[in-house]
Amino acid sequence: MEEILEILEKNNKLTEEQIATMLNKSVEEVRAAIKKLEEDNIILGYTTLINWEKTRKETVTALIEVRVTPQRGEGFDKVAERIYKYPEVKACYLMSGGFDLTVIIEGKTMKEVALFVAEKLAPLESVLSTATHFVLKKYKDEGLIFEEKEKDDREAVVL
Amino acid sequence: MNIKEMISPAVKKVPPSGIRKYFDLINEMKDAISLGIGEPDFVTPWTIREAGIYSLEKGHTHYSSNAGVIELRQEISRYVKRKYGLDYDPKNQMIVTVGASEGIDIALRALVGPGDEVILPEPSFVAYKGCVVFTGATPVVVNLRAEDQFRLTPRLLEEAITDRTKVLILPFPNNPTGAIMTGEDLEKIVKILKDRDIIVISDEIYAELTYEGQHISIASLPGMYEKTLVVNGFSKAFAMTGWRIGYVCGHPDLIAAMYKIHQYAIMCAPTTAQYAAVEALRNGDEDARVMVREYNRRRRVMVDGFRKMGLDCFEPLGAFYVFPCIRSTGMSSDEFCENLLREEKVLIIPGNAFGECGEGFVRATYANSMENIFEALKRIEKFIEKSKK
Ligand SMILES: Cc1ncc(COP(=O)(O)O)c(C=O)c1O
Repeated sequence: MEEILEILEKNNKLTEEQIATMLNKSVEEVRAAIKKLEEDNIILGYTTLINWEKTRKETVTALIEVRVTPQRGEGFDKVAERIYKYPEVKACYLMSGGFDLTVIIEGKTMKEVALFVAEKLAPLESVLSTATHFVLKKYKDEGLIFEEKEKDDREAVVL
Repeated sequence: MNIKEMISPAVKKVPPSGIRKYFDLINEMKDAISLGIGEPDFVTPWTIREAGIYSLEKGHTHYSSNAGVIELRQEISRYVKRKYGLDYDPKNQMIVTVGASEGIDIALRALVGPGDEVILPEPSFVAYKGCVVFTGATPVVVNLRAEDQFRLTPRLLEEAITDRTKVLILPFPNNPTGAIMTGEDLEKIVKILKDRDIIVISDEIYAELTYEGQHISIASLPGMYEKTLVVNGFSKAFAMTGWRIGYVCGHPDLIAAMYKIHQYAIMCAPTTAQYAAVEALRNGDEDARVMVREYNRRRRVMVDGFRKMGLDCFEPLGAFYVFPCIRSTGMSSDEFCENLLREEKVLIIPGNAFGECGEGFVRATYANSMENIFEALKRIEKFIEKSKK
């Protein structure tokens, strides 16, 4: 199970047949295991990591530190939910340390992001403060490096 | 003066490599996939590279002590103990070498010369035979067989021993076949070696690339510790081929003899590589483990792929090679590889490059990306289908 996840985490384009061969299992076993992982919400989905910089689409990403007052009986979860339900929010984490929630927002322009914070996020009753940091350059995301792939430069040697 | 006449007869005796032509061919091709080179496709793990860089920043740019920096020898001592249960004193039982390659060379030079015989199981790594011949000794080839899964059997070994035999080269896990020797297999040949004055040069460079069970060193078997030189290195387990670093461990008297050659011919292994190697042994286990798991998956894909094409392919349990039999295609190993390269642009190496008994087989390495392996298998299958018509 674990190894299927490790493989899919790196490359979800592999077929069930291919994964089965890699793990010395039957296709049926692999298919059933993946189905179960999906049903159990262990596999949440299959996404693609895109370097939008290289396309014409304009995007900006911002990381927002949010301090909130937790709600009685519900802690941070309810506040977080009110925030992460916005489609603009790419990621939302509960943090230890100097602030409570990290909220990652993607928008078309800085202005759009700033407006989202000013109009949607900051006014929420339980939000005490926000600090917005814009991403200037992405070097690495999801374990993948953005610059050009290292080429195979092994030279022919006799061995 | 006829310059060619000046070359030593021992060097003249060794033919130039037969696989050069393939590399010349592939260099002119676009979109070719090489499953030909026997080195990891992974770049050295970053923590190891970083340690090399740091050693340069600190100005460790001098010769090290001849045997290698003491920290590294201490780490090697701990490593071989923890991995293979072997006890070697870092002070007088090991030399840090320029790759396992140097270890093999100086071991042979320290032990044999004209009149001596060295038993050499084949198919195997192309360097052994050359190194034996350079010393003036005679290589006695043992032809390993597919029906034994290319393991060295006591029968084959016994047949090769004469009263001039001085050294046995034990090349497992094996390049090119991927064969390993289990503890049981080793015990059988130890019975034969026990009462004979034969030194074993055990090339364990692929030890960490063992896919079922643990690698067992012959030096750890009763009676073999004194008689065995263990050659190992960082090239394969830690993807460090370009750093040129390895080591050899053994009896203090043998090591002292090899030390003389190493000291005069080499001085010391590259210092930067030595510091990087310290890091590999201290913190490289997890990186190495991840690579081994990936190799293992590719190994299964390759074996499965060749078998589905209808080729006989025994299951290799070590190194990063598969060694399928191509006799059913009616082609020789050379024809198969040359036509495959020209028609489908996939480079694999004819088995006879590793000894005559490799004829009828080909070596394909899975030290390449999964993507390339899938594509290469597709092309090889197409090639075989075409050749049937
Ligand atoms: C069996 C075997 N021994 C030794 C070596 C050389 O290793 P190193 O890079 O440590 O010199 C190789 C390299 O391919 C090999 O296949």
